[in-house]
Amino acid sequence: MDKPVNTPPKYDIQTTIEQLVERFAFFNDWKDRYQYLIDLGKKLPPFNETWQTEANQIHGCQSQVWLKIDYEDGRYYLRAKSEATIVAGMIALLLWVYNGRTKEEILTTPLDFLGKIGLMQHLSPSRANGLYNMIKHLHSHLN
Amino acid sequence: MLSVRQQFPIFTHQPDLVWLDSASSTQKPRSVIETAQRFYEMGYSNIHRGLYPLSERATADFEATRDVVKRFINAGEREEVVFTTGTTQSINLVAAGLGKLLKAGDAVLITEMEHHANIVPWQLLVDKGIQVKSLYLADNGELLLDDLESQLTPDVKVFAFTAVSNALGTVNPVQQMIARVRAVRPDMIILVDAAQAIAHMPIDVQAWDCDFLAFSGHKLYGPTGVGVLYGKRTWLEALPPYMGGGDMIRTVTLEKTTFNDIPYKFEAGTPNIEGVLALAPAIAFVESLGWSAIMAHEQALLAQATQALQQIDGLRIIGTAAHKEAVVSFIVDGVHPSDMATLLGYEQICLRASHHCAQPVMQRYQVPATVRASFAAYNQSSDIEKLVAGVEMAVGMLR
Repeated sequence: MDKPVNTPPKYDIQTTIEQLVERFAFFNDWKDRYQYLIDLGKKLPPFNETWQTEANQIHGCQSQVWLKIDYEDGRYYLRAKSEATIVAGMIALLLWVYNGRTKEEILTTPLDFLGKIGLMQHLSPSRANGLYNMIKHLHSHLN
Repeated sequence: MLSVRQQFPIFTHQPDLVWLDSASSTQKPRSVIETAQRFYEMGYSNIHRGLYPLSERATADFEATRDVVKRFINAGEREEVVFTTGTTQSINLVAAGLGKLLKAGDAVLITEMEHHANIVPWQLLVDKGIQVKSLYLADNGELLLDDLESQLTPDVKVFAFTAVSNALGTVNPVQQMIARVRAVRPDMIILVDAAQAIAHMPIDVQAWDCDFLAFSGHKLYGPTGVGVLYGKRTWLEALPPYMGGGDMIRTVTLEKTTFNDIPYKFEAGTPNIEGVLALAPAIAFVESLGWSAIMAHEQALLAQATQALQQIDGLRIIGTAAHKEAVVSFIVDGVHPSDMATLLGYEQICLRASHHCAQPVMQRYQVPATVRASFAAYNQSSDIEKLVAGVEMAVGMLR
């Protein structure tokens, strides 16, 4: 379990974002959007307890968040956990887009696709914003 | 007379807003907004400097607010009212100053229910050899005060505590606590954090007999960035200055500076003039309602909220003291507080989900955070109905 299998993504990052946007276009109101996000959060792959280290912890979030980054064959594989379900759902979106990507793909793909799926407010650089801190953590890991 | 809500423009512009975060910051009545705006549009000038009428007028209004605050908290003298940027700065000013007067081996007594603003400034003194000790909480959120006297060991020179817990709502028996301390230790330096109390109950610093009291304007229907430090004259005179700069000096040479009298000794630099001016109408707003009306209204809201929320399956209220301010902190089984607050936000229900800058309280009750609804004079019964419906909706989505 400590050595998970890393598989490169099936589609390129732009196609993946288009698929994500299309998936969310299906929802008419915030409740449906968030119910879907909650379901994604609940289905987030399990995060090994031994990975919950200080080095993997993202500070400045309202809930505890851990992000584990593995490098393999030029690609970065992400695993993460949050105690809050909506934050876990946001993590699922992050993994949906960025998991298994190269450094270039990650650094040149901003988070603004969140605006297209009606989750823009999760982008603000607030201390309460887990996603913002996660992306900062990811970028600083790459640089 | 206008209804309370009609005095707050935000409820006209945002008719569906359910503002349940007043313990974090209150909304502002029109009189406060207009005072700041009028000053900028019609009377703007720096104070304490200009010899022209505009500056004299601004200075007079600024100083008149000092008299308003003096009366509001029943300070003995106007010079005992220092304007600061808020509670945090007020406490830091006192802690930094006392840090120079205390000796290694002295101790500061705080409580487990303090906001970080009344913990960290004291902990900053630890490297000077000053210890921070604490009083602890009972399960219901009240302070354990039975053995208060025995906590006042000879090394304890300062007792700094909050009048009201921001995270739990507990109202401390401030006057009795101070009387008990003074009975055995008349020399104790006592600071009261009144940030959460100031808009919700009458405060009389002379009856309380505290040496210092701190509060913020923005929790009192007033502007952000302005606060008050009350200090007894003898203590304000004894404390060294906190910041150096203009206004706080008498004479300056390149070698030596002599300091101005209190309160100006602590008011370095151009202050938040419009903030101070607009604090006067904020206090006038509270006084126009009257304490008995405010307290009765808020207690009715607290009772309604407590009763209704308790009906929700798996919901537990953290903080059930006999005497509480209108604050309800709660958790729901299987629901993270931040998820709850995010979903309620979409229903325009604004409340706080966090550790409330009181992490020791969270540790005490072994919760990562709570959802906190807090009420003020402008809240209404329907706000609570919407809160309860919102909580039920969020629980349904999250479980």
